[in-house]
Amino acid sequence: MIFYPVLFALIATMALALARALLGPSLYDRVLAVNMFGTKTVLFLAVTAFMLGRPDFLDLALAYAAINFIGVLAVLQFFQSREIRQRYERQGR
Amino acid sequence: MASVIDMISFALLAAGGFCVFVGGVGVLRLPDLYTRMHAASITDTAGPLLVLAGLALQAGWSLALFKLAVILVFLAVTAPTAAYALGNAALVSGYRPAVVSDESGATDSEGEGHA
Amino acid sequence: MRALGLFLVFALVWLLLSGLMKPLVLGLGVVSCLLCVWLASRMHRVEEDAGPALRPLHLLAYLPWLLKEVVLANLQVMRVVLSPRMALDPVLFRLRATQRSQLCKVIYGNSITLTPGTLTLDVDGETMLVHALERAGAEALRSGEMDRRASALEASA
Repeated sequence: MIFYPVLFALIATMALALARALLGPSLYDRVLAVNMFGTKTVLFLAVTAFMLGRPDFLDLALAYAAINFIGVLAVLQFFQSREIRQRYERQGR
Repeated sequence: MASVIDMISFALLAAGGFCVFVGGVGVLRLPDLYTRMHAASITDTAGPLLVLAGLALQAGWSLALFKLAVILVFLAVTAPTAAYALGNAALVSGYRPAVVSDESGATDSEGEGHA
Repeated sequence: MRALGLFLVFALVWLLLSGLMKPLVLGLGVVSCLLCVWLASRMHRVEEDAGPALRPLHLLAYLPWLLKEVVLANLQVMRVVLSPRMALDPVLFRLRATQRSQLCKVIYGNSITLTPGTLTLDVDGETMLVHALERAGAEALRSGEMDRRASALEASA
């Protein structure tokens, strides 16, 4: 069916995002790639819900969207506080 | 089976898949973080919009339709917020755009350290 | 009053999302809605008048316009990505935001970011630092149409 092209495109995009996550070069590029991977997962779950005829997958998609968002913010917060700490230590010396 | 609704739904889904894929190519091809974020925002706007619209046609008037709408609204609110958080964190940590004509005027306090 | 309204909204969302009418599930729903109202009140979002002072009709006009902008910008960025030699001309520039309320500033900033090709990097009082993939996107923002439309959402009181 009608779901195969979009599933294929989503998987291909996930592979591209993974490639970017591996290539980097900066931490932020990796976070961007991971965030994108998460968004694609949400769409993938939503499409799967209809392909398999199991609407409960939509709940998974919704929960995943929430976790992905919070996760990215948490990781960024962690990097930022580490950055500030490092800068402070450099100045302290 | 191959009704008009299914055809439109297929077209929307395929178009969404294409947009998402182009965004993925952009994230791999573009030269620096900030330009890549523009490509990523294709996959955050056009992709979900088209894919979820295609699925909405499959759902018909049901609770699934409401869930699709909630997912779309949630993505539309969180995607720019996450993008802002990412861009701002990169900026504050001193990550400068590789290719840019800087017209932001006087240099400001952020990004004095270099990445 | 606000707390009650918030509770009703939460309850409606719960019912639409779960769709189950079993007593156990409904009970859990009531508990989680109450919990969320309590959390919201802890964040001082209930008593304080930080709530949406948006003009609904303007919002109704704003969303389709934003959708149109997003679609056009998507095509633009896809064209850049797919062109064989990417002739990039990114611009970093400052933009004035004329909205008075925090909420409308957030809507404006998020609208800029949501439109592919332009990205809000920093907000500092009345100016925003924006990165644009192409000069055309920067010029479109400088023309101030989005700013005007986002400001129009504010109730004039």
